[in-house]
Amino acid sequence: MKPFAFARPGDVAEAVRTVAAEPAAVFLGGGTNLVDLLKLGVARPDRVVDVRRLTSREITDTDDGGLRIGAAVTNSELAADPRVRERWPVLAQALLAGATGQLRNLATVGGNPLQRTRCVYFTDVSTPCNKREPGSGCSAVGGYTRYHAVLGVPAALPDASAPETCIATHPSDMAVALAVLDARVQVLGPGGARTIPFAELHRLPGDDPSRDTVLEHGELVTAIDLPPLPAGARSAYRKVRDRASYAFALVSVAAVVAGGEVRLALGGVAHRPWRATRAEEVLRGGPPTADAVRGAMAAELAAAQPQPGIDGGNGFKIPLVTRTVVATVRDLTSGVPA
Amino acid sequence: MRRTGPAPAVGRMCAIWFATPGRGGTCGAMAPDGVHAEISLTVDGEDHRLTVDTRTTLLDALRERLGNASPKKGCDHGQCGACTVLLDGDRALSCLALAVAHDGAEVTTADGLAAGGLHPVQQAFLDRDAFQCGYCTPGQVCSAVGLLEEVRRGWPSHVTEDLTARPELTHDEVAERMSGNLCRCGAYAHIVPAVQQAGGVQA
Repeated sequence: MKPFAFARPGDVAEAVRTVAAEPAAVFLGGGTNLVDLLKLGVARPDRVVDVRRLTSREITDTDDGGLRIGAAVTNSELAADPRVRERWPVLAQALLAGATGQLRNLATVGGNPLQRTRCVYFTDVSTPCNKREPGSGCSAVGGYTRYHAVLGVPAALPDASAPETCIATHPSDMAVALAVLDARVQVLGPGGARTIPFAELHRLPGDDPSRDTVLEHGELVTAIDLPPLPAGARSAYRKVRDRASYAFALVSVAAVVAGGEVRLALGGVAHRPWRATRAEEVLRGGPPTADAVRGAMAAELAAAQPQPGIDGGNGFKIPLVTRTVVATVRDLTSGVPA
Repeated sequence: MRRTGPAPAVGRMCAIWFATPGRGGTCGAMAPDGVHAEISLTVDGEDHRLTVDTRTTLLDALRERLGNASPKKGCDHGQCGACTVLLDGDRALSCLALAVAHDGAEVTTADGLAAGGLHPVQQAFLDRDAFQCGYCTPGQVCSAVGLLEEVRRGWPSHVTEDLTARPELTHDEVAERMSGNLCRCGAYAHIVPAVQQAGGVQA
């Protein structure tokens, strides 16, 4: 591991100034992803700025009937909060579907959405990766693609040697729930505070796969705001993985059904948590029967690009995510506990 | 409070710097080289003050600096659970925690759980023959102690049917909640009943 200086500033403003002043400085939250990336040589900061004891560890009620979740609240604490369990079960379920007890006790709400992809080529410094080493190419194209994206990738087979190619997926379960819940991210940066709609926090690879989010260097997530769901809303998170516990999603679905409205976000299919706005649009104005949901997902996935791979590729995700959405909406609309 | 060594060469120099009157009195203080810091840890009830390289994980601080070999280094990447300790009362992976970030923390290892005689979880592991080689056992034991406390608090898990109800220590609940602790001997079939026994379930 490359040596680094360690700092624990007195407050968040000083922490932001410290990171902003140094291009190779990073924030440290719970550390469950960053410390591993330090060991792997993927993250090579000169300075690590510890913010875990600086940001809020409180979950407070907001005037609009929602919650403000401090960035230092752990995944465990958020999943166990009685308000979240009762009113935003999709979020509690997403948190509990991720990692393990001893990881969730360390992981923080501020850090979780900013964790990096688990693409095996990203974490292996001996292979080219545009996200880790911009311009070096993408080893995932034509490689092991089981955990890779089918949405938000170019229509043609991506060029493995092009500097913009990246078919990585975002690994967070919590982020998929926050996307469907229209959460807002409170950010403090060197230029002041701003609020980012959660669905706009993460980006597609575009021409710079090294950037996962729209955050500028030195910007710190200080809290996440959860707006209330409409009265009578039901919500659920469903995750499909290669083993029953402690594995990243092949696909996942966060769904909210409220009155005549269905909201959907998908995990494991794209570079960012994927809000299925096209499917939501198709479902507007009619009952979400299994056929209607299947049709809506066909519209959502019309532009999907299954990736071939030496492991058989990831085309299975198209029917799998469709069936998972159908089952999740069925459970939410039929009175069966999700 | 006692100082604990041995420290590597640069660490020793920093220890001298920290020992200079008027310097290094604050835990977490950085040494002039910028990559060493003095921290305090309470481990199994004993206070320690030590100088660590900022890269040192809590696991390495415990094993290599404080001589506590109870938490084990399995994968060192947060995937196996062998390094699980109780960190300020909650189970946590010591391999993914930087020691410097947990300055002032209270750490309990499986060794410390046995300080006043075997902990009920440890006794249950013996009663139920819940291990073979034993390498993963200290992590399993710490994880189980943390799990029982989480269930006592009413925390749900991925397999809890009703998120708003109090969870029960069923087989599926224990298996899900212990999923972060791998056992390559495959003692799972005995670990689950051991945890249930320690949690007061008649099984």
